[in-house]
Amino acid sequence: MTDTPLLKVNDVSKFYGSRIGCRNVSFELWPGEVLAIVGESGSGKTTLLSCLSTRLMPSSGIVEYHMRDGQYRDLARMGEAERRFLMRTDWGFVHQNPADGLRMTVSAGANVGERLMAVGDRHYGNIRATAADWLARVEIDEDRIDDQPRAFSGGMRQRLQIARNLVTSPRLVFMDEPTGGLDVSVQARLLDLVRGLVHDLGLSAIIVTHDLAVARLLSHRMMVMKDGLVIEQGLTDRVLDDPREPYTQLLVSSILQV
Amino acid sequence: MPTPLVVSEVFKSFTMHLRDGITLPVVSGVSFSVKKGECVVLGGPSGVGKSSILKMLYGNYAVDSGQILIEHQGHLVDLAHAAPRAVMEVRRDTLGYVSQFLRAVPRVSALDVVAEPLLARGVAQAEARERASDLLAKLNLPRELWQLPPATFSGGEQQRVNIARGFITDHAILLLDEPTASLDAVNRRVVVGMIAAKKAEGVALLGIFHDEEVRDAVADRILDVSAFSPRKAAA
Repeated sequence: MTDTPLLKVNDVSKFYGSRIGCRNVSFELWPGEVLAIVGESGSGKTTLLSCLSTRLMPSSGIVEYHMRDGQYRDLARMGEAERRFLMRTDWGFVHQNPADGLRMTVSAGANVGERLMAVGDRHYGNIRATAADWLARVEIDEDRIDDQPRAFSGGMRQRLQIARNLVTSPRLVFMDEPTGGLDVSVQARLLDLVRGLVHDLGLSAIIVTHDLAVARLLSHRMMVMKDGLVIEQGLTDRVLDDPREPYTQLLVSSILQV
Repeated sequence: MPTPLVVSEVFKSFTMHLRDGITLPVVSGVSFSVKKGECVVLGGPSGVGKSSILKMLYGNYAVDSGQILIEHQGHLVDLAHAAPRAVMEVRRDTLGYVSQFLRAVPRVSALDVVAEPLLARGVAQAEARERASDLLAKLNLPRELWQLPPATFSGGEQQRVNIARGFITDHAILLLDEPTASLDAVNRRVVVGMIAAKKAEGVALLGIFHDEEVRDAVADRILDVSAFSPRKAAA
């Protein structure tokens, strides 16, 4: 286990006018660690994810990322071009709605290949072969490589979005309700897939979800948010088996048993 | 010779915020240790806090105060106060746990459920699967089940998958929460043999066994948990 965090978050707050998005959030994310952010709608979890992934600029606080060259960089002080390069190569972002993360009118193969071209790959044959390999890894038949995602089911689109994000071997992946719009059987397949890939690739991930079962299955560590604040955090097992805060107890006790 | 597991003055209560904030004391002043090659069995009636003690030792329950000292790679870690990633590391390399029920993951085969702790420690997949097969065979799990996810298995079959998963690594400390509860006599004896083998390897074991025959066969010492019950102290 390495001894430097991948991401250092220090006292991050985001205000929308006088309304609080998230407030005074601090934590560190370590290589290979999967962190789940849970809480009900409006608790600030997506705002926090956006602040961490530079999709939103925090009102105050610092987010630092451990670059491949070993230096920590303050994300807010990075140039736009550099930040975009980071997002396209070393990071992934899996949206709840695959249409937000895919280009719906180009082929599945091109959706995956595009990220490879962004890191300088130019050999068509190699790009196509890698794309085909990744489609297989996310369980999409190779004969669908030239189809557009418009023609895919919701579950397939989500798996394609994951392939597109992981093809450049990112070190950090953000996921916003990755199983949100999927029916249960499709969800199970996707969860199993994500779990396997995270393990095999040694990825770090930050997953926003309101589904505690998803958090239990995928994450090592968990933060519970309410009204923009992190009210409880710790080992996922501990937070779910022995919730301490009133709101966390309410969340855990509200799960339906099957 | 260092003691792999030392529990010192551990207190635990639950505060039920949804029930007007009432506090339920669970255990108080829990102190004991487990030596290498020793199997300590937690005794006492149901509800006295035996499972809670195991869950605190594995990090699933927080403790109010006290220390849980684990010898991990040559130094001591206080699990009661360790950061989540330190707990993960101790679980991966030093501290194993066989829970009462298997938490089945959709689509993962029994064989891979068992092999997973080895993969997490960097063992190659082929070798991990081979060792998983050996254990499942030893526990008489029908071969045709190995490639299936255990969600649909019977209680006894799931429990054997769970035992194999817990026993596959060479963790120095093993926590066992009624591992033989739903097993038949033949498989109970297999598990008793596996526990004896762990003891011979110097593993420190702490378990809950309601079955007297199994308990008598494996226990070096029985620790009566009622001594730590706050209810008794109050009476």
